[in-house]
Amino acid sequence: MIGDLILNMTKANGLIVAFVLIGAITWFSYWLSRTLTKGRLHGSAIAIAFGLILAGVSGAYTGGNAGLADIAVFAGIGVMGGNMFRDFAIIATAYGASLEDLKSAGFVGAISILIGVVVSFVLGAIVAVAFGYTDPVAITTIGAGAVTYIVGPVTGTALGASSDLLALSVAAGLVKAILVMLGTPALARYIGLDNPQSAMVYGGLMGTNSGVAAGLAATDPKLVPYGVMTATFYTGLGCLLGPSVLFLTVKALAAALG
Amino acid sequence: MIIYGVAILSLSMLTGVFLGDLLGVILDVEANVGGVGIAMLMLLFLSSRTESKFKLGPMTADGITFWSAMYIPIVIAMAAKSDVYAALKGGPVALLAGTLAVAGGFALVPVLSRFCRRPAIPPQGEQS
Repeated sequence: MIGDLILNMTKANGLIVAFVLIGAITWFSYWLSRTLTKGRLHGSAIAIAFGLILAGVSGAYTGGNAGLADIAVFAGIGVMGGNMFRDFAIIATAYGASLEDLKSAGFVGAISILIGVVVSFVLGAIVAVAFGYTDPVAITTIGAGAVTYIVGPVTGTALGASSDLLALSVAAGLVKAILVMLGTPALARYIGLDNPQSAMVYGGLMGTNSGVAAGLAATDPKLVPYGVMTATFYTGLGCLLGPSVLFLTVKALAAALG
Repeated sequence: MIIYGVAILSLSMLTGVFLGDLLGVILDVEANVGGVGIAMLMLLFLSSRTESKFKLGPMTADGITFWSAMYIPIVIAMAAKSDVYAALKGGPVALLAGTLAVAGGFALVPVLSRFCRRPAIPPQGEQS
């Protein structure tokens, strides 16, 4: 009976359960960071890795696509980590950001978005070709997935790609987002990611919103508004170029090379 | 009043997301184009008014900084609800395509950063 009471209570107060759970994960992660790594590995990086592991395990267990949020008791994680609160908190980080810094990297930041979309697409398309795909629609859809997990299915749908190709492009985009989350704090020092200007370039090159948001959070939260400022235009540009310029280029190349 | 800060933040978000959606419709793209960026610029604009009439009081600012501080916990929740299983199930094509795209991006950050115009006075000193 007590079990049912607790179960119903947690289901009725999902978001509050999420606050407690994330609080506990954060506390444990910062404790690990202090005691095991002497602060070298940032607590929030460990917490994000924990989140990803929990999501993977629950995905395998439930077969759903919302990670831990697919388990009824933890459904509140889906609200707390959903797009609405994510964007709300990201926008709040802009409070206190410097307009001067934003302007100083404005042009290079904008260029980096274009370069980021094209480079990701080309690398994804090359992988598709290397694995034996010859249909321009398939190559474009997989390449677009390497841009972001939104650009992939949007492009694929516009081109009439099959549903397993769409799933493949989403998977490629998810791999990208997860690697950006985990790789950014590890590589930040080596790529000079320690100032607003390079953060804007980084946001433009990576572009995956969730990846950039989590990657910078685990590196230096002060850089978040700068990275997000460019990343926020990336998916839109990808959806614009994917089914048009990029697809036509792939088609022309495929025809020329036989 | 804390609610003023929260309301300013919310208004910025709604305006930005609306304009981003509108931009998506105009460009005929099935995505929000720059909504969060526009919202951030609007918040910066609203909160950097230094004329005494518009200057945010400390409590009003708390309504914004609370959500800014909730950013990392929210991102941890976001990680916990992401579809890691589908990413792993995508097989070698998805893994390799995603990995190469990330590697290419990381490699280009220092290359493109060199072209940035740094502000005359380096901001590093006053930060962190």
